[in-house]
Amino acid sequence: MKQNLIALVSGLIFGIGLALSKMIDPNKVLNFLDVTGNWDSSLALVMIGALLVTMSCFHFIMKRDTPILEKTFRLPTRTDINTPLIIGAILFGIGWGLAGFCPGPAIASLGLDLLDPVIFVGAMVGGAWLQGVVFKKT
Amino acid sequence: MESFTPYSAIFGGMLIGLGASLMLLFNGRIMGTSGILSGLMPPKKGDWLWRVLFVVGMMVGATTFLTVFPESWSPRSDFPLALLIPAGFLVGFGTRLGNGCTSGHGVCGIARFSIRSISATVTFMLSGAITVFIVRHLIGISL
Repeated sequence: MKQNLIALVSGLIFGIGLALSKMIDPNKVLNFLDVTGNWDSSLALVMIGALLVTMSCFHFIMKRDTPILEKTFRLPTRTDINTPLIIGAILFGIGWGLAGFCPGPAIASLGLDLLDPVIFVGAMVGGAWLQGVVFKKT
Repeated sequence: MESFTPYSAIFGGMLIGLGASLMLLFNGRIMGTSGILSGLMPPKKGDWLWRVLFVVGMMVGATTFLTVFPESWSPRSDFPLALLIPAGFLVGFGTRLGNGCTSGHGVCGIARFSIRSISATVTFMLSGAITVFIVRHLIGISL
């Protein structure tokens, strides 16, 4: 069950990163998306910092035949750009631009004793649930 | 500009990348928040505990950091429910339909040079920026 420990540690580091980077501040996210206004470009650096690490690490990890604790890598294999992908991304972007929360920071905020993230995550789970019902995905 | 916070952004981003790299190296999985969550709807036998622990880790990590460094942020208050609820709904529906969000498509997918993830990331960034433009500058709501 070392995999569970890794998931916990990965989540911990992710959560600290979201807080340190200020990705967790929805106003800052909205100021980042506000490119024609008083643009706060900081969050572009969050993506760059994250990609610097993932691009270098993934390069070496993907040379392995298997991950350390599992028999196989479970990675998406599709390569087609289809309508659900694009429509989904458009809808997600609209929601992101309305409130400044994407799933990671919203979830990470649940322990902060604030009502907004709880309401947002409740609505988000509702949206995901409806998507599952409409598209009969399990 | 005083709101520009380059160092915390870069180092925070690197931590996010580190979390994603651990998940891939040890567990062979993509660290995508929306995907990890939707795998709990409904929970499947033998495949739920790590998902819950990941979510718990995120909450504990963020809460601990902001408790130790309370001056590093100010929580938003009085955000209208009329925006918050539809926003959450669209984010949930959209990320599940599009198979990912900022962490899965953005941080992990781009690093794998996935054409789907690159397309999705460009699309939701544009869509988010257009939405903010409409809300703040065309309608004139600034919160």
